[in-house]
Amino acid sequence: MIWNETKECMSRDELADLQSKRLVKVVNRVYHNVEYYRKRMQEAGIEPGDIRGIEDIHKLPYTTKDDLRDTYPFGLFAAPQSEIVRIHASSGTTGKATVVGYTRKDIDIWAECVARALTQAGVTRGDTIQVAYGYGLFTGGLGAHYGAEHLGATVVPMSTGNTKKLTTMMKDFGVTAIACTPSYLLHIAETLEANGDIPNIKLKAAICGAEPWTEQMRLQIEEKLHIHAHDIYGLSEVMGPGVACDCEYHKGLHVYEDHFLPEIIDPETLQPVGPGQTGELVFTTLTKEGLPLIRYRTKDLTSIDYDKCECGRTLARISRFKGRSDDMLIIRGVNVFPSQVEAALLEMGGTTPHYLMIVDRVNNLDTLEVQVEVEERFFSDEIRELENLTGKIAHAIQTAIGLAVKVKLVEPKTIERSMGKAVRVIDKRKLV
Amino acid sequence: MAIRQLSVFLENRAGRLEDVLNLLKEEQINIISLSLADTSDYGMLRLLVNDPEKGREVLKRDGFSATLNQIVAVTLPHQVGALQQVIHTLYQSGINVEYMYALCTRTDEAAIAIKPSDSEKAEKVLREAGAHFFEEGDVF
Repeated sequence: MIWNETKECMSRDELADLQSKRLVKVVNRVYHNVEYYRKRMQEAGIEPGDIRGIEDIHKLPYTTKDDLRDTYPFGLFAAPQSEIVRIHASSGTTGKATVVGYTRKDIDIWAECVARALTQAGVTRGDTIQVAYGYGLFTGGLGAHYGAEHLGATVVPMSTGNTKKLTTMMKDFGVTAIACTPSYLLHIAETLEANGDIPNIKLKAAICGAEPWTEQMRLQIEEKLHIHAHDIYGLSEVMGPGVACDCEYHKGLHVYEDHFLPEIIDPETLQPVGPGQTGELVFTTLTKEGLPLIRYRTKDLTSIDYDKCECGRTLARISRFKGRSDDMLIIRGVNVFPSQVEAALLEMGGTTPHYLMIVDRVNNLDTLEVQVEVEERFFSDEIRELENLTGKIAHAIQTAIGLAVKVKLVEPKTIERSMGKAVRVIDKRKLV
Repeated sequence: MAIRQLSVFLENRAGRLEDVLNLLKEEQINIISLSLADTSDYGMLRLLVNDPEKGREVLKRDGFSATLNQIVAVTLPHQVGALQQVIHTLYQSGINVEYMYALCTRTDEAAIAIKPSDSEKAEKVLREAGAHFFEEGDVF
């Protein structure tokens, strides 16, 4: 099934025309409404008139998360506050949140995109869907919620954290679809399995995202729950979940190109790479009013395929993600940068102790352990003091990244230093 | 009055305790008494040695977190209620015991090493109660 056949199946030529028109418009919008962009374009020696269509995209400068941080909180907004109806925020690289704003039209387009994704997963207005992403500043919960309501499905806004209530309602309400992180869905599946509840549920589809997962994991979910599982992609800066999603053929994620113009570049040279070649995904938002982004570097590594899909959609497909070009980790759907942990440790006073983040997946839930070397200044002969110390460190890190963390004290000089530089992260999860 | 104690942070890994003991042996440092406290992730080795300063240097050189702390050492006559009397004195004065362990002496008397929440006050009230302290010279 296709939600918006006109847009999702339009010819590539028509699509290019539409994208070009929209690009010209958005470039004008940011040039006139956002001082930061105007300056950047002037520095690059270009005016809005130089951009006549998508073939001119390479003339425009890139935008990064640093630009959002430098203009914190609203510096890149292209609409006045009176037009902004919603704010979301995600963690930034150095403790400052990345703030995004939406106009009413932005929210409508977001709902449209999520409705397309849900339709790709076979969800209709006849379905009951549990949204088990976190609700709040994180875009996952409300993004999926508005999309499912737009579609006309019955939405159960579960949020996260209470698996028992979720599985009970799944049975009692006859829930047929779910939106959550893939690791959480596996955890739900195992809970259902352990209670012998798999035959008692009516679930048929899932759209999972907000963290990287493998094709193997997707098949495992499908097999355990006897459902169709789909991979939904998005990032709050560009919009939130619903930038791309895979169809029933699972041969890549269709990008909603009428709203988001994708490019793949070499993260070193910043030059475009061809279809099929792996590089960093870059997006220009074509219709956003609140926070339009020009050539935003996602740091996600993937490749793109422009061939028409068997499902009938002409929208380009991006492959399953192959990693990141920066050191961002996604733990239980939360973006975590080692620098945030470092900043939290720095607050303990003085210089940063050597630390090591160990990410693992236990019973399908991500765990984060932070090992900290016990330097003399932290050291006490009293166990109680050391326990206070671990508690304080855990609290500081938890506050910074918004995730529960286990802190383990280790002896000095035991965290491996390679080439004089400490290894900060060990990710034991088998992904990619 | 206080005695210097060498405290060493130990990860719960095979061979770490032996590493410490080995280093002390190589440097001819004698262990008088010790206590080993354990948690799920790490251990805390507390040692009374004949040369605390050197002990600390040796361990630090090898990368251990080692510090010197002051503890109070009190002799105990071999009598029922001797330890109770000491602890009672501390309790009456509102002093907590952070940790304590039996102390090896070269005499017939028993002794106890105590880390009180307030060392100065502990020494004062114990002295007033007629306790006899061990000095470093007595034990080492």
